[in-house]
Amino acid sequence: MHNFEFVKPSTIADAIKALSAEGAQPLSGGQTLLPTMKQRLAAPDVLVSLTGISEMQGVCMGDGGLHIGAATPHAVVARDAARHYPALAALAGGIGDPAVRNRGTIGGSIANNDPAACYPSAVLASGATVVTSQRRIAADDYFQGMFTTALEEGEFVTEVVFPIPERAAYVKFNQPASRFALTGVFVAKFADGVRVAVTGASNNGVFRWTEAEDALSADFSAGAIAGLTVAADDMISDLHGSAAYRANLVKVLTGRAVTAAR
Amino acid sequence: MPKDTGIGASTKRREDIRFLTGKGVYTDDLSLFGQAHAVMVRSTVAHGRIVSIDTSEAAGMPGVLAVFTGEDFKEVGGNPAGWFIKSRNGEPMREPKRPVLAHGKVRHVGDAYACVVAETYAQAKDAAQVLADAAVIEELPAIIDMKAAAADASNRVHDEIPDNICFDWGWIEDNRAAVDAAMKAAPHVVTLELTNNRLVPNAMEPRASIGEYFPGTGDYKLTTTSQNPHLTRLLICAFVMGIPENKLQVVAPDVGGGFGSKIYHYGEEAVVLAAARKLGRPVRWTAERTESFLSDAHGRDHVTKIELGCTKEGDILAIRTETLANVGAYLSNFSTATPTFLHGTLMAGPYKVPHVYVNVKTIFTNTAPVDAYRGAGRPEATYSIERVIDKMCRELNLDPFEVRRRNLLTPDQFPYTTPVGLVYDTGNYQATLDKAIELGDVAGFEARRAESAKRGKLRGMGLSTWIEACGIAPSHLVGVLGSRVGLYDAATVRVNATGTISVMTGAHSHGQGHETVFPQIVAEKLGIPESSVEIVHGDTAKIPFGMGSYGSRSLAVAGSAMDRAIDKIIAKGKKIAAHMLEAAEGDITFADGKFSVAGTDKAKSFGEIAFSAYVPHNYPLETLEPGLEETAFYDPGNFTYPAGAYICEVEVDPDTGKVDVVSFTAADDFGNVMNPMIVEGQVHGGVGQGIGQALCENTSYDENGQLLTGSFMDYAMPRADDVPFYTVDHSCATPCTHNPLGVKGCGEAGAIGSPPAVVNAVIDALHRGGITHVTHIDMPVSPNRVWQAING
Repeated sequence: MHNFEFVKPSTIADAIKALSAEGAQPLSGGQTLLPTMKQRLAAPDVLVSLTGISEMQGVCMGDGGLHIGAATPHAVVARDAARHYPALAALAGGIGDPAVRNRGTIGGSIANNDPAACYPSAVLASGATVVTSQRRIAADDYFQGMFTTALEEGEFVTEVVFPIPERAAYVKFNQPASRFALTGVFVAKFADGVRVAVTGASNNGVFRWTEAEDALSADFSAGAIAGLTVAADDMISDLHGSAAYRANLVKVLTGRAVTAAR
Repeated sequence: MPKDTGIGASTKRREDIRFLTGKGVYTDDLSLFGQAHAVMVRSTVAHGRIVSIDTSEAAGMPGVLAVFTGEDFKEVGGNPAGWFIKSRNGEPMREPKRPVLAHGKVRHVGDAYACVVAETYAQAKDAAQVLADAAVIEELPAIIDMKAAAADASNRVHDEIPDNICFDWGWIEDNRAAVDAAMKAAPHVVTLELTNNRLVPNAMEPRASIGEYFPGTGDYKLTTTSQNPHLTRLLICAFVMGIPENKLQVVAPDVGGGFGSKIYHYGEEAVVLAAARKLGRPVRWTAERTESFLSDAHGRDHVTKIELGCTKEGDILAIRTETLANVGAYLSNFSTATPTFLHGTLMAGPYKVPHVYVNVKTIFTNTAPVDAYRGAGRPEATYSIERVIDKMCRELNLDPFEVRRRNLLTPDQFPYTTPVGLVYDTGNYQATLDKAIELGDVAGFEARRAESAKRGKLRGMGLSTWIEACGIAPSHLVGVLGSRVGLYDAATVRVNATGTISVMTGAHSHGQGHETVFPQIVAEKLGIPESSVEIVHGDTAKIPFGMGSYGSRSLAVAGSAMDRAIDKIIAKGKKIAAHMLEAAEGDITFADGKFSVAGTDKAKSFGEIAFSAYVPHNYPLETLEPGLEETAFYDPGNFTYPAGAYICEVEVDPDTGKVDVVSFTAADDFGNVMNPMIVEGQVHGGVGQGIGQALCENTSYDENGQLLTGSFMDYAMPRADDVPFYTVDHSCATPCTHNPLGVKGCGEAGAIGSPPAVVNAVIDALHRGGITHVTHIDMPVSPNRVWQAING
């Protein structure tokens, strides 16, 4: 790791200011950035910690649904969202291990947009709104491919607002080594339709499986997708799973998520 | 009633108090005055010619004290292979020099070709990057695939070895024609091609070394992560650096796991010693985890074709194997023994097989060196045999339990000379099989299978009846077989003046529990409390010349040496007691910590005798030396042969291919058991590693020789939720006939016997689920592979 300056502002306004410095980079739970720095693959001059900003912390119900501060650790979401949005809380409680869950944050996860991360599937399937230091972005516009989001330079996520579905579930299949999602599927049933978001599987990052959404909107049962097939063309193929295997997992896990939805 | 002290008691591990409270002292915990930090510069290409290394910029960077390259070690020796193998045609194995730092060529990703020493770790790291950027290395085509390596004479890992073959070994070559004939005559022949997957040892503590040089005396000291400090010293002194042995002290303090990977001498140890001499300061190096993945000796990596000739009733008539064994880029110290005499000699298993022939070609590739890893050669043999027997049962529609029973050696057949050169001294393989069947509730399997089926899961059961040769090893025998070292061990038992005891042992504990178990034996034999006994190990300045710990040998070999030394203590104590009690030596008996005159109530306690030996006022000084300290060297008369039966049950999710091990039963014969709790723990660890190999772990290089599984993000270690609660039994004991404690060793058993039980269970589950086209899946039997096999 190389030397760096460290600042920890207590307001969003101060964080915006700090991030305007040359070579500044936001730091949330550090679960991706710090290992990258230790490997000397990243060397920011200034790290601006977002974890000391009280307006970016916590879980509460409000306008538009469940508001989660971007710097809220997974463990807090797992505990405090359980009453309001159990599927989301369960997802948070299944990320990594206790150490990861007590450091890693929802904002950090969706800002990084790792193709195997869990949170992007919940944000996309819920049709959540990503609130940033500059604007509000609909989930459908926010995720733009592997490690790519709508965030501009210096912009950071401050809050995510989740509409609460009638029923939902997240089912993931662990990559055997990292225990990230080899494939994970979040199914959310709203009064006006079903949304299905898939993480871990595609070369294009998290995506909506719209054929399944149509079928499940008509009939919310695992059997409704039995006749569908998932194309393997854009699926990730690596040591842990071929493209065809991941395509299979998308369908299997979607069915299981529908069955598990509460 | 279980004992609460001495032999057979489950004494809690005294060393765990410091390990579990963070009070252990490992190499990297030491902080020495004036220490400098070394960082290795490692090749990022698998194969390349070193054109030039311009060290000038790195050498001038802040804090940099010294820079070393292969050029600096050109004149010193190479790290040798400890075992000499002859090819079938009588030619000696090819032994390319393994330099301290790569010279001329780099031969695998992670091959160290330079070292930077600086005031701080960060400065050394910065300079190492600059040096790497300045090095000109012309990349050559990488030789990764073993078959291709042996087929292409133009592309060479070592320029002087045209076909990349280290040796082509036949065991036993004279039997080959008879085996071929038996195979030809067999009513049925089963053929199976399989891969024994390459593993990264992944000890929790990465390798680390600290070199010191004392200009006042010319002495060196190396503190290092070693399973055998005396062997490391011998290698450094006699082969690599030419330091006289009396001028080098090697210390292996607390060591956090080895599994074989810390048996060997590595170049970093020589580099820190040379750097310490040059700078007159301690020089330390600790591997980063990535370096461990790239440069620790890996394990396994065999590709084997096994044929089994049998009758239609399942009597095994002949076994013939052809194996390609990957040795990596260089010969690590025991790399030539592992695929040969630790593998081929086990190819008869615990069975009465009249004809066995083993052929092993060992291949150089541009990958990390491969050497012994928990089990070392024996897991590869066991896996091949137990998988092919399972395949035979399917082809001939035979019951795997009955087939084992039919072929297992029976107790009346011992001692039994196998067709591959070993003499099994004792065993009762039916007993462990029966015990496993009972404890594993084989009778209830069908009900469990039906219950699993209701949940959509395919349940299967796999069996493995395994044997190993350990307690390594009888020197005269291994000498004939090519070993360049003796494999005895040694112990000094020092009775202190107050009657407490220090045992200096040649064994090295890096997790096994010697500090607890060895005192149990001393306490039992001398009738004193375990707490009065301390074990001293891991320091060449303190311990007699012993060969360290690997090959499940600590108790069987070093423990036997200790037992002999204690006998000498008792014999001397009798002489002292006879004098003090004014009796004839022949009338003195020793029991329960007391020397007594037989048939009288006259007695002296062990403590009184000890005190008298050191304060010899009333002592036979004219005929007996004062003091009470004895050393014994013990060379085993034979290998020991632990054996057992393992039954694994799995559930397979046919939709995802995920395999869950839902139960695992291990019935083992380890001979006499000194501490049942520790034995159970060893079996848990071994089976855990075996399940890891069977289901998760794999070392994958791409065609350019880049390690794809170079971190825990991609190298899948088994975790707690990958393994079940084990059922472990060791009640079917047949004590070893040739060592004084009757012990056989238990450290490697679990890793040897379990992989085939797991894979057999997976294939069984698929077949019972109607998926009968799958006859084999290579390890690791990952979800992806199972699903592909089902849908292939």
